[in-house]
Amino acid sequence: MKEFFRRTKKSFPADQSSEQAQIPDDLWVKCSSCRELIYRKELNDNLKVCPKCGHHMRMSAREWIGLLDVGSFSETDAHLLPTDPLGFVTPDEAYADKLKKSQHRTGLADAVLAGIGSIDGLWMALAVGDFAFMGSSMGSVYGEKMSRAAERGAELGIPLLTINTSGGARQQEGVIALMQMAKVTMALSRLAEARQPHIAILVDPCYGGVTASYPSVADVIIAEPGANIGFAGKRLIEQIMRQKLPAGFQTSEFMLNHGMIDMVTPRGELRDVLARLLQHYRRQSPPMEEDDDGLEATDATPIYVHGRV
Amino acid sequence: MEQLDTPHVPVELTPWDRVQLARHPQRPHSLDYIFALCEDFVELHGDRRFGDDAAIVGGMASFGNRTVMVIGHQKGNDTRENMKRNFGMPHPEGYRKAQRLMRHAEKFGIPVLCFVDTPAADPNKESEERGQGNAIAESIQLMTVLKTPIVVTVIGEGGSGGALALSVGDRILMQENSIYSVASPEATASILWRDAARAPDAARALKLTAQDLYTLEIIDEIIPEVPGGAHTDRLATMDTVGKRIAAHLEDVCALDLEVLMRQRYDKYRRIGQYEEQQSFAGRSFL
Repeated sequence: MKEFFRRTKKSFPADQSSEQAQIPDDLWVKCSSCRELIYRKELNDNLKVCPKCGHHMRMSAREWIGLLDVGSFSETDAHLLPTDPLGFVTPDEAYADKLKKSQHRTGLADAVLAGIGSIDGLWMALAVGDFAFMGSSMGSVYGEKMSRAAERGAELGIPLLTINTSGGARQQEGVIALMQMAKVTMALSRLAEARQPHIAILVDPCYGGVTASYPSVADVIIAEPGANIGFAGKRLIEQIMRQKLPAGFQTSEFMLNHGMIDMVTPRGELRDVLARLLQHYRRQSPPMEEDDDGLEATDATPIYVHGRV
Repeated sequence: MEQLDTPHVPVELTPWDRVQLARHPQRPHSLDYIFALCEDFVELHGDRRFGDDAAIVGGMASFGNRTVMVIGHQKGNDTRENMKRNFGMPHPEGYRKAQRLMRHAEKFGIPVLCFVDTPAADPNKESEERGQGNAIAESIQLMTVLKTPIVVTVIGEGGSGGALALSVGDRILMQENSIYSVASPEATASILWRDAARAPDAARALKLTAQDLYTLEIIDEIIPEVPGGAHTDRLATMDTVGKRIAAHLEDVCALDLEVLMRQRYDKYRRIGQYEEQQSFAGRSFL
């Protein structure tokens, strides 16, 4: 009889590659924070924010498109594919194989989805990271798509919205990955010259080379509640630097308290906040003309003192 | 520009050997170069926000017949100095000091020379609180648009974002036995395999030697070292480095500012390797 109850160690078929893709489209989802069961449709309608505890679950890049006006999004640069520039091969795994596996599993070419879309009818260039693809690490394709998005914003005279989640630079592309930090920042200088804003949204988790580059110098930085955001990973700080970390370390709220970001905004309010911001930038005055004979012009300009001319 | 003979490789060193040479404690550090190559050095301190970080040094100096702003990561020559210098790992205030000096250089039309030699940016709790990510990002951003020539020389370890924050420039030179990498081999081994002991494997895979970076078209020149490494003949090493910097500095200072800025943009904008398909249609990963 005992035999009958004994748990036999028969594991599930270990088809690792399709593990994620095979999650059945069932009706109920368990919240990873409060463990409550949520009706999937209710969760999706709520932009994947748990209706019970308000936990913000991770969204794929495609799901983030739901933030835009319905039908406004058109994808660009979908034809950029990653390569293996270093021939990164280790005893465990070759980068080329890892890329193929990730592409197969996620159906994405690489970690960034780029395009153009609108919020409340206001157009913007858009680039969104997808954490499911190798932790949305920044490699050549990531850098190129972000750079093109910035240049497109400059060219078309529209703002740039980036939604950032990343483990950092992609180790397998080595120093080329590191240089993408400089490259995207370089491209953003074009957007600044065109006097168009870069608004960055930081979502869970955002670390390393991405935190240490373009999103941290955005004109407006918005983070989602409870997102983990930092430069060095917590594991590294605790294990190598032997420092105890307080609760709430490296969260959005921590970043806000230390003056590193502009606001912490729940996902449900993002559209509204973005719409208001975009409205303000659209209303901006044209750039002050730099006159060649500026000095003469000032002579003729009446001086404004204490409200009287 | 005066050309150098093709750098010779005396013996076949493994990438991990070069990592050791790049980290050699007797290797000349930034201040050694500054005192050997420059005169009238006036060190400037502090970020005017929080403090003065000894892991980054900088100031004005005469280099040849020019005034330059020299900025570099500074490692210590012994344990006591290394404690003070945090092993050359800057805190946010170090990068903010560097930014202040760069703006200063731009304001007075002084070219900038950077010496890169850091394992990484400091990764402790206090650095996170003061915005390490932000400090590095702002340094990178400033250097992309700084309207004065920048010549960067990697003289030891170029570790990750902490190195990049001082190395966006018009010319990037690397010494033969210096390294430049997305993360230290130990960190990469720890990130990919959760085993820092496999650093030699990571060093090979990362392509972090000067020869690799030259092949990848990221750096502009490899500065040869004496056989045995920079620490075996410090004076000769520093002399060679000085000559090569001088040659490149003359080059970039001769350029029109507009041309300089356009070249800097293109230099970084083209980095990256990807496949560009004519049509995405019909391709499926599934």
